[in-house]
Amino acid sequence: MKNTSSAITVENLSKCYRIGLKEEMNDSIVKSLFGFIKSPIKNYRRYRSLYKFDDTESEVESPDIIWALKDVSFSVKEGEIVGIIGVNGAGKSTLLKILSRITDPTHGQATIRGKISSLLEVGTGFHQELTGRENVYLNGTILGMKKKELDRKFDEIVDFSGIDKFIDTPVKRYSSGMKVRLAFAVAAHLEPEILLIDEVLAVGDAEFQRRCLNKMEDVSHQGRTVLFVSHSMPAVTRLCPRTILLNGGGIAADGPSHQIVSIYMNSEKATKAERTWSGTDQAPGDDVVRLYSVRVRPEGGEVAEAVDIRKSTAIEIEYDVLQSGYVFMIYFHVVNDEGVEVFLSIDNDNAWRDKPRPAGRYLSTSWIPGNLMSEGIFFISPGIRTLNPNIRRLKAEDAVAFQIIDSQDGDTARAGFTGNIAGIVRPLLKWETEFGLRSGSPLA
Amino acid sequence: MIKDDIKLTVIKPRSGWQVIDFRELIEYRDLFLSLVTRQIKTLYAQTILGFSWAILRPLIQIVIFTVIFGNVAKVSTDGIPYFLFSSVAIIPWTYMSQAMSESSESLVSGQGMLGKIYFPRLVFPLTAVLSRLVDFGISIIIILIILLYYHVLPTWNLLLFPLFLIVMTIIPAGIGLWLSTLAIRFRDVRHAMPFVLQMLIYTAPIVYSASSIPEKYRILYSINPLVGVIEGYRACLLGLPVPWIYIIPGIVTAIVIFISGALYFRKMERIIVDVI
Repeated sequence: MKNTSSAITVENLSKCYRIGLKEEMNDSIVKSLFGFIKSPIKNYRRYRSLYKFDDTESEVESPDIIWALKDVSFSVKEGEIVGIIGVNGAGKSTLLKILSRITDPTHGQATIRGKISSLLEVGTGFHQELTGRENVYLNGTILGMKKKELDRKFDEIVDFSGIDKFIDTPVKRYSSGMKVRLAFAVAAHLEPEILLIDEVLAVGDAEFQRRCLNKMEDVSHQGRTVLFVSHSMPAVTRLCPRTILLNGGGIAADGPSHQIVSIYMNSEKATKAERTWSGTDQAPGDDVVRLYSVRVRPEGGEVAEAVDIRKSTAIEIEYDVLQSGYVFMIYFHVVNDEGVEVFLSIDNDNAWRDKPRPAGRYLSTSWIPGNLMSEGIFFISPGIRTLNPNIRRLKAEDAVAFQIIDSQDGDTARAGFTGNIAGIVRPLLKWETEFGLRSGSPLA
Repeated sequence: MIKDDIKLTVIKPRSGWQVIDFRELIEYRDLFLSLVTRQIKTLYAQTILGFSWAILRPLIQIVIFTVIFGNVAKVSTDGIPYFLFSSVAIIPWTYMSQAMSESSESLVSGQGMLGKIYFPRLVFPLTAVLSRLVDFGISIIIILIILLYYHVLPTWNLLLFPLFLIVMTIIPAGIGLWLSTLAIRFRDVRHAMPFVLQMLIYTAPIVYSASSIPEKYRILYSINPLVGVIEGYRACLLGLPVPWIYIIPGIVTAIVIFISGALYFRKMERIIVDVI
């Protein structure tokens, strides 16, 4: 059955964890004294049970067992680059941990053809007291390089990190940015046939992140097999032709990246286009103002996650003013999924500017015009301040999200072009081309 | 690329008792070496005395024991000057106690690395055992100076030195394998360690001579592997008759502890990361 050209074959892989159950509380002095005396026996049973997995077959529904991964099967061809996405707790990291042999599966098996390296976290094994040079060797061997290999690549690694001046200084004197750069430089010079990457791109400054992405792209052109776990949808769609969506420990979808990413965006657990807080204790805010609901409503339609790039979109912020007499400022941030702030918009409605508001429910709506932002996913973080006193009353980070879609009809800024277009904004500009002018002739 | 060159790894649930995978250990020898080097290099980082501590620590211990047990309590040493008598025992003891406690804590203190990267987990408890040998090598200088001072000349017994060196490393390795694995589940190990060491120092012939043990208890006494090593070092360095009656049972128990420790470690290895 096994395909000879597949680099990774995963068959019915499952992994369960046993989590400790909550301890019972003692509600009297006598009880807690008694509990204290018998606690060694109880603790022994508890810690002992944490490693018992023999009974998992019969006790699948036991409340202290969690299946982090359940019956996952897929195969990855040699040279294929596969993105793995899913909400937190979907099993992405567990899958990578099993494939990199950090933890054993409970059932099932995985077959790996070739030398495998994982970048689950860069800088593993760095020791504060050792110099940069010593740490390059230490970290390199930990990541699976041989000493000879490191001798050969040492200069290249130091060059890539850009900290050659401090290479003989103990790492504890480095800034955190320098540490990350050195660590990534070592990791970037691994030459495995299969590379597992988990959120490495989340560290370092913007310039360094760009270098890392370039390195990733280099790797992808060298015919290596890569599994890339990420929360960054543009990075996944750009770097990986194929994506696997995990949900609740199983595979929810597997296929071309752009399809899978939009399935994920429309799935229930992802950030939605509408969010309403029911209980007052959960809603962002204080005793002056409280957020009630935030919605994304494309022009002439219902609330929706997907928005046509040509259409304008309403951002609706609904909130309860609980104390009369304050002047409010309503605003929201728009951030794309690479964390870049696209813009900040402040409520500029003259009707309520500098006017103390009576208590009650308000709805503030703002319209984002069409043909403004490029394709991608955007997060809205609304906030409310009072101006007297000047205090931020609430901010709801990434409260709602929506995805701008450029249907390639030909009348958008794409003008029928189907490739990747860089940039956060994609305005529809006016273009004119004249023909038949003599060269050097004055315009007009 | 030739298909036969490609390394094939099958990941599946491991079960049961497996012996040490030496092939894998050899494959990861570079990692093993760099971890040992890291341990040695960072041991005395940012200290004024540096490696002098390797000499000072046992030396202070020897002086204290000589004053208390030699001069105050006047423990019998079969006519050997107490200073000489205790120094040849305390230096191997210092090595064994440090290697033991460090090895026992190795998995818990290295959990950050365990959760991020794969390597044979066996490397961790063994690293402590090997890196402490450097300290032992340095502190041997004390013994040489003391031997010179008392005009003790080397005898053919000295040829047995490598044997005791090996047994001396096997004991903390075996105990380290057992305790580091137990410490994963029960952190009590760390709190119990000082008492275990204290018990060991008084049950082994370190401050007193094995000859003071009544004849009928000697077989029971010889099961403690420390007895054989300490008495063996004494015989080999001071040129006394070699007490095989203590050494052979000691070697047997040392090997039993090591092999059972390795088996237990191997069995628990797969759940280390999940439980830690």
